[in-house]
Order: sequence, then structure tokens, then C-alpha cells
Amino acid sequence: MDLIFEGVKKAFWLLVTFDPEVLSITLLSLRVSGTATLISLIIGISVGTALALAEFPGKKFLVSLINTGMGLPPVVVGLFVTIFLWRSGPLGFLGILYTPAAMILAQAVIATPIVTGITLAAIQALPKNLRLQILALGATRFQMVWILVKEAKLPLLAGVMAGFGGVISEVGASIMVGGNIKGYSRVLTTATVMETSRGNFDVAIALGIILLLMAYFINLILTQIQQRERPR
Amino acid sequence: MKNTWLIIILYLIIFSPTLGEARKSIILATTTSTQDSGLLDVLIPIFEKKTGYFVKTIAVGSGLALALGQKGEADVLLVHSPADEKKFVAEGYGINRRIVMHNDFIILGPAEDPAKLKGAKPAEALKKIASAGSLFLSRGDNSGTHFKEKALWKASGLNPEKEKWYQQTGLGMGQTLSVASEKKGYTLADRGTYLALKKTLHLVNLAEGDAILLNIYHVIEVNPAKWPKVNAAGAKAFADFIISKEAQEIIKGFGVNKFGSPLFFPDAGKKEKELGK
Amino acid sequence: MSASSYILEVKNLQVQKGGILVLEIPDLAIAQGEILSLIGPNGAGKTTLLQALSCLIKLSQGEIYFKGGKISANHSAFEYRRRLAMVFQDPLLFDTTVFENVASGLKIRGIPKKETKEFVNENLNRFGIAHLLHRSARKISGGEAQRVALARALATQPEILLLDEPFASLDPPTREALLEDLESVLRQTKTTALLATHDRMEALRLSDRIGVMNNGRILQVGPPGEVMNQPLNEFVASFVGIETILTGRASKKERGSFLVSIMGREIEAVGQVEPGETVVLCIRPENVTLSPFFSQGATSARNVFAGRITKIIPLGLFYKVQLNCGFPLVAFVTGHSLENLDLQEGQEVVASFKATSIHVVRKRQVSF
Repeated sequence: MDLIFEGVKKAFWLLVTFDPEVLSITLLSLRVSGTATLISLIIGISVGTALALAEFPGKKFLVSLINTGMGLPPVVVGLFVTIFLWRSGPLGFLGILYTPAAMILAQAVIATPIVTGITLAAIQALPKNLRLQILALGATRFQMVWILVKEAKLPLLAGVMAGFGGVISEVGASIMVGGNIKGYSRVLTTATVMETSRGNFDVAIALGIILLLMAYFINLILTQIQQRERPR
Repeated sequence: MKNTWLIIILYLIIFSPTLGEARKSIILATTTSTQDSGLLDVLIPIFEKKTGYFVKTIAVGSGLALALGQKGEADVLLVHSPADEKKFVAEGYGINRRIVMHNDFIILGPAEDPAKLKGAKPAEALKKIASAGSLFLSRGDNSGTHFKEKALWKASGLNPEKEKWYQQTGLGMGQTLSVASEKKGYTLADRGTYLALKKTLHLVNLAEGDAILLNIYHVIEVNPAKWPKVNAAGAKAFADFIISKEAQEIIKGFGVNKFGSPLFFPDAGKKEKELGK
Repeated sequence: MSASSYILEVKNLQVQKGGILVLEIPDLAIAQGEILSLIGPNGAGKTTLLQALSCLIKLSQGEIYFKGGKISANHSAFEYRRRLAMVFQDPLLFDTTVFENVASGLKIRGIPKKETKEFVNENLNRFGIAHLLHRSARKISGGEAQRVALARALATQPEILLLDEPFASLDPPTREALLEDLESVLRQTKTTALLATHDRMEALRLSDRIGVMNNGRILQVGPPGEVMNQPLNEFVASFVGIETILTGRASKKERGSFLVSIMGREIEAVGQVEPGETVVLCIRPENVTLSPFFSQGATSARNVFAGRITKIIPLGLFYKVQLNCGFPLVAFVTGHSLENLDLQEGQEVVASFKATSIHVVRKRQVSF
């Protein structure tokens, strides 16, 4: 119990003093996971919508593949991204292994199937005739897709939350492709793991609490938007 | 809807991540013990300030560190698995293997010491653990510590691999120590990590001070002849730095204030055989 | 009527779904300003036809001409669709305010905000939903939602309005009120409309012409009286109901009832009708009583006519007797009555029915 109390005390202290290291780790976490989520949104919403609207043989198989991908184990993603980014790997020329960019890449790979799957489900849950109604209102195909995505925005926000929540709390891939380099690619989760193995449980708990708070506030903000967007 | 776009654009401006690297970087593959002890956190900023290089420290076991070097995925190694290191250099993967520092391994266990190995020589201590069937926790991760432990078992003429009381954690040094502490088991650890974590552990030092327990760290530059992409200049700069007088002084004083005794002993320029005497 | 007055023409249209022919329309034309209703049971192909006409589904074969120009269902079909509007059975409103919903078609067309506001307000007023302006489309009743859907469609000033069972999921009073408003809006705006419905009363009330559909084909198309009274085949007959449907002009109102002159005869009916208005009278055969001669005593039946039996058709439990009283009239009689009165084809009888048993449909002015 002492340990938890000490941890909370330390977390409070680190927070109120704006400890520069903790601050930079927190900001990097936000930056990496935020960018990864953004990338996954761009890809996931496009692919998810396209899949929901298109009819082609093999669609069921592809959908089941994406649904499986929604639960991709981060370490597996980390492993493959690492192998790809090795100097000797197919993407080695990028020279981004052990950089935040590599972490963004790995996290985007983790989040994209989640966003795609949720988009797919959200668009498919809309009334089937809605598409026809939008077209009948004179929409071009692009306008139709855009309006459909707007109509599905509430479940899509849930997709944003799921994607962001998935990557910000993920450690396996980040540590593998980022390397947990101090002041460079160290994020809240990898720092927590390291501080735990260093025996600095108070700092680890503090970082854990900051991670929880951050996840909580981001979800709070998104939930606020969701509630506000739902018209009176 | 317009606000949403504004937020996205602002986000991109403020948080636009640095892709790739602005500075020349070196990948240092090292053991968890050097990172977990905090030594690198002190040394690397000084090196970076002096040379302008950016060091990416990948803290893994010695086995993986050597494997990364062998593939040319790292530029310079700081490891403690002498037998494998020699092979690594002999096969032409590494050059300029130089001694950096040492500390020693110790055999730790619960204060109750059920196998009664206090004061025993290392090989004897392991025999006692085996005959008492007391829990022993092995790193099991091909790290320098794991190799050392295997060598010790071999020296005592035992093969514990399939025994019930022998468990492999597959974790780093710090985590293996806390597992041993929680499960009241014996384990082998480097003194540096043990001292750094001592306050959180319920483990005591039971066997130490034998030449066989020496834990020697070498710096090795990955051979650029084999892997052209390797940052040879950076690797050499780092290796030269860590055996420089300045770095050696820091190593000597590291941890004295916090733990009462140094965690590592600087050895630059010495021969392996001279150590422990 | 010259060919150029057709706003929409269809030739040799075929639609297949999963290799099965679901729609086959050799030829159909809709005149400018006309209201054409398509009636038929579920699965008759009404929806398919409307969707084919608006290029929402692929044609397997055939051509559509809009104002004489051929429409090809390619990527530019949206330009054609921008000249029509369609209302579905479900309101299919967007998850936003009523205003935004009604404005959506205009927004899609890139109409400037000021104009959009005008059109939206005009149509909100037309359908009596101006007070819902800022309400969420999720929080209004079904009837209100369908009003919003109609306002959204009409806000784009469509040259043809396609209505696919727009009242089918509304309760009768709501439907009645909405039907009345739609009728007056269509009359005001002189909008050409195509209404798919399974309710022949709806069709009778709104249409200039009615088409009866079944199995993907139009079986008969013509003015309501013709389709109702002279069904071309048994399916049309059974679908339109074996009823007497008479169109005439209302005259002389007295104490809530009014007289309608039909082929020189005067029929008395009850309803809120202005003199001079054209109305449709629907007389159910079970409400018509037959007797061999004029009753000597007083009767409460206000309509008593002599007529000749033209045909007697057995329908199992009872008989259908077709009469000519100067206008066509149908009565149902039991086997007992048939025997007792000894009814024969060609025989003279007296038919009577109460003014209150007549269903009165107020008729939109025929525009051509």
C-alpha cells in the first residue's frame, strides 16, 4: 500500500512541477499515438467505407481478415515492422528504425484495422436506402460517401477512441521499433516498463497514473463531442 | 465541421513529428544491466554533447545485442559475454574489442537461505541449491548473465534445465530479481543491478568474490567492411569515448553517492586476466 | 397530346436482379404536370420502376428520355438526378436539424446560403413544419419526419417528384392530413409526380392516371374511372376491388349532403365538398340493396334507381350482380335473395343505397 501511496504522491509531484522529462515523455506519447491514430483514420475510414459500399467476390473473406486484424497483437506488429525497417530489411533505406516515425508506423498498423472495422460496421449499420436517398438528392458519388461518413460520425468517434486507446496503451511494438531511447523515443508505456525493471516503482506508478489520466481526458473530450454532436 | 478541420490542421502543425533524424545517429546495442543501472543515462548525454552524435540505445540481452551486430543492425556494442564476443570478433563481425569495465556477479537468495549456501564457493553453492531442490530463477534470455549462469552450472557439473526447481523468467535483470524476491528463490545477478534495486528487493548476497563470477564489459565496433551501412566513425567515437579518461572517471564514481559503493569498476587498458586480483 | 409534352418516356425498359427479370416496361410516358400513380401489391415492381427511372439501379435494357433527351446511367447521372426528387417509405432523414435536412439537397447542388434559406423556409411553411426548424430530425414524430422528407424533396424544385409509398408507414389520421397537404402543394406547384402506392384510395385521390402493376409489368394504365370500372383483366379487377366508382361534379349542397350528377342521374352523398368540385364516389357492392319494384313505403335510402341486370357472377357464398342504372352499379346478393327475387340477367330491378354509405373522394382538377 505504501508503494501505491508513494507512487500517487510522486505522480502528483511530477505533475505539479511539470517535470521536464515526464512532460516530454507525455507529449511524445500524445504526438506518436495521435499521429498514428490520424493516419489510421485517413486509411481506415477510406478503406472501411469503400468496403462497406462495394460488392465483390471475396468481400466476406476480406472483412473477416479485417475483423481479425482488429485484434492484432502489438508485439507481432512490432516484430514485423522491426524486420521491415532493419537496415537489411525491405524498408531499411528509410533509416527510421528506433525513431518516433517507426513507432508511428507500427501504431498506425495496429490502429488501422480497428478503425477500418468500426467504419465498416458503422456504414453498414446505416439504412440501406439511405445511399439511394442521398443519390436521389442529386449527390455525386463522392458527396454520397462524404454524407454517409458524416451520418456514421458517432460510431466513428467510438472508432477514434478505440484506435487511440489501443495505441497509446500499447507497449510491445513501441519498445521494439522505438527502442525506448531517452528523450527521443521514450513514451509513457515504455518508460513505465523500464522504470519497473529499474525498481523505480514510484516513478512507474506515476507514469501509469499519467497514462490513465491522459487516456481518460482524451476519452472525456471525445465523449463530450459525441454528446454535443447528438442534436437536441 | 469547420472546427474539426481547424483542430486537425493545428494538430499537424504543433505535433508534426520529426521523421527520420536530423542528426547523425549511432545505434548502441547493449545489455539491460547498463541501462537499468542508469549508467548510460549519465554517460551518453556527455558523449552526445561532445561529439554531436545522437545515440540510440537499444537495451537488450547480450545475445540479442550480438545478433543485431552480426546483422549490421547496430553500430557499436557494449556487452558482457566474453566467450561469444570472442567468437563474434573472430568471425569478422566486430573489430576493436576493448575492455571497458567490470563488476561481478553474485548469487542472491532469501534471507532465510533454505539451501544454506552462505559462504560457499559459487560451484558449491549451486550444488547445494540442486540437492536442496530450492527454487532457482534463471534469466533464460540469452543475456550475458544467462550465459554466465550456464557456465557456472557447467562448472559445477550439473544440468538443471529440466528440473522442477529451475525456472526461466525470460525477463531482464531487474524483473528477474523482483520475481526471485517475490517467490523467495535464488538467482544470479550482476552486482550493479542488484545494488541499484536493493531497496525494493528481499534478497541477500550469499555467494561472491570468486574469479569465475567476474562480469566484464567490452565495447565492440561492428565491422563496417561487412556492413557498409554501419556508422563506423560514430561507433569508433563512442568506443573511444567510453574508454577515455573522462568516461572512466564517471564510471568509477557512478552510484557511490546513491548506493554507498560503486556499481562498476573502470578497466580501460587492462587485460582480462589481470582482473579480480 | 403531342410527343414533346411528355416529360419522361420509357422504352423497352428491363431490369434484372440476380439473373431474374424483375421489371419489364415496353413503354410508359408521363406528361408534364401529370400525376401518375402506380398501384399494385408488394413486390409488383413499383419501387424498382421508380429507382430505374431515377437511374439508381442499372437497366438491363431500354432507354429513358427526359424531356426528349436520352439519359444514360453513367457517372453523370447525378446531373439528371438533380432535376428530380424522390421520397421513400422511410423518411431517411439525416442526423441533424430539420433545417439542415430540408437544405441538404440544395447544399449538394451548391446553392448559395441565402437562396437555400428562402427555399427551405418556403417548404417548411408549405408542409406546416416551420416550428420544427431547429429541432433534431431524430426527435420528431413519424408524420413530421415524412413532412420533412417531402419538404426536402420539394425544396430542390424538382421537375418530377417520385414518391415511393411515402404514406405507407403512417397511421390513418396522420396520413390523411399529409395527403391533403401534399395534394395542395402539388396543385400549387404544378409538379409532375409519380406515386407508387398499394392504397387505391390514395391513388384515386391524387392521380390523373393510374397504372396497375404486377410481376414487374404494368397491366393497365388509364384515368382512374377507367381502370377502376373497366379492368382489363382479372388481376386488375381483383386488385382495384369490385366497386362502383363514379366521377361527377358536385352541385347543390343542403344540410351536409350534396348532389352529384352522373350521366344525367343525381346521386346524393355526404361530405365536405364545395359545389362545382369534381368528386369520385365509391360505392361498395355490399351496400347496394336490390328489390323487384319501387317500395311503396318510405325508405331511409336517399338513392333509389331503376336499372337492368347486365350480368350475374357467382362468387361462392354470394353473387355479384352488375347493373346498368344509367351508370354502372354493382351489388352483392346472397343465394337466398337471388332465388326469392328470382333475379335474371336482363331483368329490371330497383337498386338503392344510403347517401352515407358512399365514400367520397375529392378529386384534384384534371390538368389535361
